[in-house]
Amino acid sequence: MSSFKDANVLLEVKDLRTHFKTDNGILKAVDGVSFTVHEGETVGLVGESGCGKSVTNLSIMRLVPSPPGKIVGGEVLYRGTDIMKLSEKELRNIRGNKISMIFQDPMTSLNPYLRISTQMIETIRLHQNMTKQEARERAITMLKLVGIPSAESRIDCYPHQFSGGMRQRVMIAMALSCNADLLIADEPTTALDVTIQAQILELIKKITEQLKTAVILITHDLGVVAGMCDKVCVMYAGRIVESALTDDLYASPAHPYTKGLIASVPKMDGNREERLFSIEGQPPNVIDLPPCCPFHPRCNRTCEVCRHAYPPVKQVGEDHYVACWLACSEEERKGALEGAENNGK
Amino acid sequence: MENKEVILSVKNLRQHFPIDGGGLFKKTIGYIRAVDGISFDVYKGETVGIVGESGCGKSTTVRSIAQLYKPTTGQVIFHGVDLCTADKDTLLKERRNIQMIFQDPYASLDPRMTVRNIILEPLRIYNKRNLLDKNYTEEELDEKVKDLMEKVGINKAFVNRYPHEFSGGQRQRIGIARALALNPEIILADEPVSALDVSIQAQILNLISDIQKEMGVTFIFIAHDLGVIQHISHRVIVMYLGKIMEISSSDELYSNPLHPYTQALLSAAPIPDPKLERTRQRIVLEGDVPSPDKERHCCYFYDRCSKRMDKCACAVPPMFDCGNNHHVACFLYDDKPVAEPADDTPTEGELKLRKKTENKAEN
Repeated sequence: MSSFKDANVLLEVKDLRTHFKTDNGILKAVDGVSFTVHEGETVGLVGESGCGKSVTNLSIMRLVPSPPGKIVGGEVLYRGTDIMKLSEKELRNIRGNKISMIFQDPMTSLNPYLRISTQMIETIRLHQNMTKQEARERAITMLKLVGIPSAESRIDCYPHQFSGGMRQRVMIAMALSCNADLLIADEPTTALDVTIQAQILELIKKITEQLKTAVILITHDLGVVAGMCDKVCVMYAGRIVESALTDDLYASPAHPYTKGLIASVPKMDGNREERLFSIEGQPPNVIDLPPCCPFHPRCNRTCEVCRHAYPPVKQVGEDHYVACWLACSEEERKGALEGAENNGK
Repeated sequence: MENKEVILSVKNLRQHFPIDGGGLFKKTIGYIRAVDGISFDVYKGETVGIVGESGCGKSTTVRSIAQLYKPTTGQVIFHGVDLCTADKDTLLKERRNIQMIFQDPYASLDPRMTVRNIILEPLRIYNKRNLLDKNYTEEELDEKVKDLMEKVGINKAFVNRYPHEFSGGQRQRIGIARALALNPEIILADEPVSALDVSIQAQILNLISDIQKEMGVTFIFIAHDLGVIQHISHRVIVMYLGKIMEISSSDELYSNPLHPYTQALLSAAPIPDPKLERTRQRIVLEGDVPSPDKERHCCYFYDRCSKRMDKCACAVPPMFDCGNNHHVACFLYDDKPVAEPADDTPTEGELKLRKKTENKAEN
């Protein structure tokens, strides 16, 4: 797979932190996430439910409901401008225009009272200087592009007249109708059947290659990631624990959590008699996490230092980063352990 | 599998749900044919997996087997008794041996009952009617609950907690404990791992195979994830639009899928291996699953099939035996030039239904 190292950086997320205030304490949904997206690249964010995948992406668009949520730190640079510092008006120029989103359930993101045409024309005219007729034509072209049969008549239908897969197609058409540079797809196929999922993934792949759109794909399905993404970030308890090019990640996962995740997927060519590898225990509660590796209670290779300090991010290969004490040298581990003990005293 | 004892036999099962036309009298204007004539046997001690897309009738099939719906026509024979026509007492007695695990562990447990009461409820009901092997005292039942909790891997000390205090995986374990309470012969598991994360899913799948090895329970296991089905089942049934498309042993089905639908389904499932994903050829099916509200006289997969022939439009394909215990409902494997329809001797209820439709057509 080609590397996107030479392409321009489109989006750079630096040390993003989003916290939610709850009755039980501060919930650190996203706690120091950094990654970059190059032009035309597809980046996958994988992790179990509650690991902060979706909140990361809502934070990028500044869509986190506040209160209770608050982006407490970090930068999101879109072509060099920090989205966090923009005014609401400047932000609207980017939202839906330069960066657009599709969600898991297409029924909740389409307005059931309005025709598809009304909703699509509204989006297009908001961002582009077009007459109603031009916008309508643009909408029809987009619907044809995503493979809606007889788009000229179907455009005047209501959302309920479409099936789940078709609705997701409409959402993709709407999201890309303003020539967005970046498409954030939040579990776009989780609600769909395998055969429809294959159709939609194929479509996203084809259309983003054609329009040269970068994609951030959020999913929990490691199979989807394998087929779609150039780069993968694995999240756990609000942080990225490992990021690598897709091939590297599957060939040589460095973090025990990534290893466990890949091993626990039942494979279609696997031996049925074998027990599945399983990661014991539950994902941690992210309220008031102690300063330690959040994965250590479930990890099969814990050492003393994992209980006392969060591991630094280490490079283990080309474009392959991991946050795990196993990747660190003996001295670093010792140093961190002593530091933590001194702090404790 | 040949010499195994048949424990459950489903014969020509149909489950049609009426569509209300609205208005004052809610006249029935049609039927959704959720399950439209399926037959299969389940052998003792095996796991039968049922796969298919949503709306193909997987869940309806197991619910009809458990008699949660009264099947429209057909037979479900268990221990030589047809459950569809059995009276209330026989049903109660036989149901003890057929238990269910449901998909959503958040919805299937009563939030106002403690774990003890949830697991104890089936035991209490059967104990009261003296249908258990002996009459248990309350203390003995409590002991049983604790054993069950240990078996499914929940701390015994949590016996007085409520479902909301547990995570999804643990709740599914409680659901499994409740299903095991009466020591059933068959457990019908309706997508028990679909709502869970991958790491938790692996835990539950391992638990289920452990239980099967230890207690010899037969499972009918529904999932839409083909990897899960391959892992857990000995035999697999592929369903589409309320019909069985293919039945085969799991290894045979995954290495040699015969039905065009199974082939498409297998090729659509994503594989967590980037090199394989990029190189393999994908059969992408056109269109969506059609609505199951019409009576069909052609192959149910005809509209979306890439290999359809003229004869597929003439009749519903019967199950063809392709050897090696591999049965497939597709005319591609028929050596006769003219389509012979499936053996479709209508049952009494079916005839009644047809008469009703005919009457309606005349009016």
